[in-house]
Amino acid sequence: MMAAFSVARSSCGLFSGLRVSFRSLAHIKYGAAAAAAASPQTPLPPDCRRYSVSHLSVRERIEQKRKAALIGGGQKRIDAQHKRGKLTARERVELLLDAESFVETDMFVEHRCSDFGMEQDSNKFPGDSVVTGRGRINGRLVYVFSQVLTAGLRAESGGRVPRSVIYTLSALFQDFTVFGGSLSGAHAQKICKVMDQAMTVGAPVIGLNDSGGARIQEGVESLAGYADIFLRNVLASGVVPQISLIMGPCAGGAVYSPALTDFTFMVKDTSYLFITGPDVVKSVTNEDVTQEELGGAKTHTTVSGVAHRAFENDVEALLNLREFFNFLPLSNQDPAPVRECHDPSDRLVKSLDTIVPFESTKAYDMLDIIHAIVDERDFFEIMPNYAKNIVVGFARMNGRTVGIVGNQPKVASGCLDINSSVKGARFVRFCDAFNIPIITFVDVPGFLPGTAQEYGGIIRHGAKLLYAYAEATVPKITVITRKAYGGAYDVMSSKHLRGDVNYAWPTAEVAVMGAKGAVQIIFRGKENQAEAEAEYVEKFANPFPAAVRGFVDDIIEPSTTRRKICSDLEVLASKKQVNPWKKHANIPL
Amino acid sequence: MAVYRQAVLLDRLLFAVKYAPCQSRGCAVDPRAQYSTAASLNEKTFDKILIANRGEIACRVMKTCKKMGIQTVAVHSDVDSSAVHVKMADEAVCVGPAPTNKSYLNMEAILEAIRHTGAQAVHPGYGFLSENKEFAKRLVADGVTFIGPDTHAIQAMGDKIESKLIAKAAKVNTIPGFDGVVKTAEEAVKIAQQIGYPVMIKASAGGGGKGMRIAWNDEETREGFRFSSQEAASSFGDDRLLIEKYIDNPRHIEIQVLADKHGNALWLNERECSIQRRNQKVVEEAPSTFLDPDTRRAMGEQAVQLAKAVKYSSAGTVEFLVDSKKNFYFLEMNTRLQVEHPITECITGLDLVEQMIRVAKGYRLQHEQKDIPINGWAIESRVYAEDPYKSFGLPSIGRLSQYQEPLNLSNVRVDSGIEEGSDISIYYDPMISKLVTFGSTRAEALARMEDALDSYVIRGVTHNIPLLREIITHPRFISGDISTNFLPEVYPDGFKGHQLDVESRRELLAAAVALYITSQLRSQKILGDLRVSSAPMESSCWELCVELGEGQHHVHVIKSGNVYTVEADGGKVEVCGQWNLASTLLPITVNGADRMLQCLSREASGTLVLQYMGTLFKLQILSKRAAELNSYMPEKVSEDTSSILRSPMPGTVVAVSVKPGDTVAEGQEICVIEAMKMQNSLTAAKPAKVKSVHCKAGETVGEGDLLVELE
Repeated sequence: MMAAFSVARSSCGLFSGLRVSFRSLAHIKYGAAAAAAASPQTPLPPDCRRYSVSHLSVRERIEQKRKAALIGGGQKRIDAQHKRGKLTARERVELLLDAESFVETDMFVEHRCSDFGMEQDSNKFPGDSVVTGRGRINGRLVYVFSQVLTAGLRAESGGRVPRSVIYTLSALFQDFTVFGGSLSGAHAQKICKVMDQAMTVGAPVIGLNDSGGARIQEGVESLAGYADIFLRNVLASGVVPQISLIMGPCAGGAVYSPALTDFTFMVKDTSYLFITGPDVVKSVTNEDVTQEELGGAKTHTTVSGVAHRAFENDVEALLNLREFFNFLPLSNQDPAPVRECHDPSDRLVKSLDTIVPFESTKAYDMLDIIHAIVDERDFFEIMPNYAKNIVVGFARMNGRTVGIVGNQPKVASGCLDINSSVKGARFVRFCDAFNIPIITFVDVPGFLPGTAQEYGGIIRHGAKLLYAYAEATVPKITVITRKAYGGAYDVMSSKHLRGDVNYAWPTAEVAVMGAKGAVQIIFRGKENQAEAEAEYVEKFANPFPAAVRGFVDDIIEPSTTRRKICSDLEVLASKKQVNPWKKHANIPL
Repeated sequence: MAVYRQAVLLDRLLFAVKYAPCQSRGCAVDPRAQYSTAASLNEKTFDKILIANRGEIACRVMKTCKKMGIQTVAVHSDVDSSAVHVKMADEAVCVGPAPTNKSYLNMEAILEAIRHTGAQAVHPGYGFLSENKEFAKRLVADGVTFIGPDTHAIQAMGDKIESKLIAKAAKVNTIPGFDGVVKTAEEAVKIAQQIGYPVMIKASAGGGGKGMRIAWNDEETREGFRFSSQEAASSFGDDRLLIEKYIDNPRHIEIQVLADKHGNALWLNERECSIQRRNQKVVEEAPSTFLDPDTRRAMGEQAVQLAKAVKYSSAGTVEFLVDSKKNFYFLEMNTRLQVEHPITECITGLDLVEQMIRVAKGYRLQHEQKDIPINGWAIESRVYAEDPYKSFGLPSIGRLSQYQEPLNLSNVRVDSGIEEGSDISIYYDPMISKLVTFGSTRAEALARMEDALDSYVIRGVTHNIPLLREIITHPRFISGDISTNFLPEVYPDGFKGHQLDVESRRELLAAAVALYITSQLRSQKILGDLRVSSAPMESSCWELCVELGEGQHHVHVIKSGNVYTVEADGGKVEVCGQWNLASTLLPITVNGADRMLQCLSREASGTLVLQYMGTLFKLQILSKRAAELNSYMPEKVSEDTSSILRSPMPGTVVAVSVKPGDTVAEGQEICVIEAMKMQNSLTAAKPAKVKSVHCKAGETVGEGDLLVELE
């Protein structure tokens, strides 16, 4: 990094007609760009950037600006980015979208800051620090913005977030001299423009975040820019799907845009999300923590639940994003997409007949059931490493996108706790907002007891999942594979919450609680507890009590589950259900 | 609990209905060559038979019972309560928890099950109680027929030394040798000369091949005597030496015999079982390429002599070692139905289980020696749930998430006791099935075996099909040049999977890119009326970059209909197929030749895992541009395996020999893992200090679990 810096510096020196001081790192950028421009293939005058006094025609100037916009920070910065194992903003867009489908907007936008020498042309870049436009993923329309963290900020080791990124929305400090993908008013305006258009057209927005944060030189203008984006994130929420892919640092106020979008994905080892960086943490709470521990992909996909999935590198992340995009409808006006399917909808899945163990305490893997039932065993799991006692994700049934929610008996017996409730609730609400049918596999022994949960507010968090299922009007199909105990039975898309089709497998047990606990209450003091338990099991540990009351529509052979769900979805495609009018509902946040 | 029992009953009832067609399918493939499906109905045998076994052999026996109209009783451990053999049986009794010594070896419980169900006879299968004379004795005492030989035959043949003496007396060739105290080197030379070189010298007390020395001349005999007698005295405190004829490059060939209780005995030809690993058979065939009719008759007649000498009844197997000059020597006799009996059934048309049941009831043999044919050729591959890349097979466990036997092919017989969804657990033998193919010639049977292995879908556990496929296509195997040392000789550095040549690599690349493009194109096919129109990319020509192993291949593809013309590595291949993205099997035609591939996974990142020629290959397919950008992606550092010890297989920790802070030398034992009756010692890869221990004796561990960390 240091080498690049000095090369850039010396090349600046060659064109020493410039008068700016080297205090500002922005000059490096200029230097590199100028160096590139001065290469033999493009014999341009060294001062080509000072358009105002240029003798060039408008047409030539357009060409030059386009060229400058395409090259971004210059080849040296591109190389530096590559060296860090990252791609440039344009390369990312190229990989994300279908070949040659990208239509760029606002390539000529420049920032309008006039303080700290920013007004100089040398500090202006066509396109500013973000690439925006629209394109196609597998032929389907999408709007994208991709931030340009091209800066080799200071002489820091590769792949690390510049220390200067550490600041909060309200407390900007340290000398921020380079754009570094930083958010200027113009940058924000560009993003808002594509978001506005995405809303009017009805197409998803994908943000590829790699930004140094607010542009300090712009002060409140930059803050206003953030707020403009936040507002649009919120207005677009539930109208068009919004996806954030964090591909570099994202700190301070900037984190709230990804947080407001529907899905946040991260790239391992190169992306960070935090409100304040390790230095501030150290000075405020005296905790020693690395960036990776504080806000790396692992932290956010396993501990905090901020990010929904992490990928190995830029290429893998973008290719997976393409795959993921395929599951989503373009907007809330569109039905769940139906893709051509090679998997027979009436396929019997024999292996399911034996999957639930005879002992009701023995675990099995809910993912085995999901993989066996969905099209081509293709399941895009959301938050696979967070609150693993519930499994959520997208799959297809006979080609149609469905959202799948399942209790995971393999982890904590599949109980509902704070994290799994919140994870499930958010997923259910996304599906409901975008017309994606929800299939729920139930094997839940109840809510997790204990002070940690009660103090943590399991009551209001558990209520979220209940709320989400109750308000959802998309087709809801429920399969009780084994336990459906207590309040958790109600919560998990039960008939009482307007479940459209509720099935039970022969192994299902719908009851208020497990036999042991129930017997201790019902037959308190009775001598022969074992006999009482057997009686209880006989009465309740089977699907009949629910079936005789019509709380499950049918008891089905597990092997026929796929066939039944596919045919139900066909019928439910025309389901119409409307909740009472309200300004908006008041989910217990 | 009552409800459960109801459910079980209901399940069983349902299964009986479901399984019926399966049954007939299994036998109807080609009844002529498998074994006779028509039982002699006028013979009354038993009303009810209990099968004291599990897995494929229990199912195999039940098939014949059903054919003969005999009711069947299964016994099972608690983890096997929904196993195939349980569902197949008319009645089932749980005889204990999972460990075999508490269930399938639990004589009390099994005898109780017999009393409870009123079974008149017991078929023991192989393994477990099949050669347990105590069990046979107690059955007789209870008035229950043991479907197998008499107790004294079991006993006589069960003792290695006694069986050799009986064999010698019955004029069966035995390995010439001397076992006793040898005083001087000259005495040893004299014995060796009598036996004839080469000879093997070792301490009698040393088990297996331990301390074994081979001498080809007098001088080497003297040297061998010196070492072995020293070792015998120092290591074992037992002076006795064993000097025995050394069989160079032996083959393991066995003769199936069948005898009744009236002194009649037949030999049903031989089985070649030389392909072994760790003394366990992997591939068997009948007949053997090595035997001429004279040798075969000689072996058969000797086998029958031995059977008669011990008044053998029922089916049994006489094992021989055969040297390169077709000298054969008696090894041992197995007094039970062998695992590999199906190949004998295939070439003789006899149903051995049926014959065993008849004989047990006291009927005479239906056939004479001249009626026993060799019809065609049969080959059996033992399909195991094990990783062939680790010393030719270390057990693997898991749930068979997908499982499909190649029964759609003709001349294929699959004996299995599992189905899709079954668990392969650590408690029992990891055999998935016995895959048997036959044909009028060996070449035909081998070709069919290739097809069958390629079409066999097993997912959820690691299996040995890669190894089986390599064995049966190896030139040495095809030419019949095999011995019990085949595997270590052919793969001195361990098995490495199918090695691609330029041609086959191109085929694989072509199939992979065609599948990749199919899935890419399918991604654009969104059905229904779209509010926002879609703009799919129309293309019929692609430039792709495929990573396969260490190599990168630039591939040019042109598509027309279902046909892809693929240019790679300076050659052109045309592949066509149905390209069904949901199917596990991928039948394709490559330059006019039929190939069966399997697709195991297809990921968004372009990673594709294909099974080709039996072996799994991982490929990453990217567009040219994506590959270019991918080259900037950093290599993720993999963990340093020398300082981390992970369990190579699922099993139980038997012993942990170190504790944190200990210093270990390279090769020093760190812990012992046991799985499926096999103990594995795990050793340090370098001298180091133990940082932490993550397991303790008695614990169950999964494959890849962290056991010990070194500093």
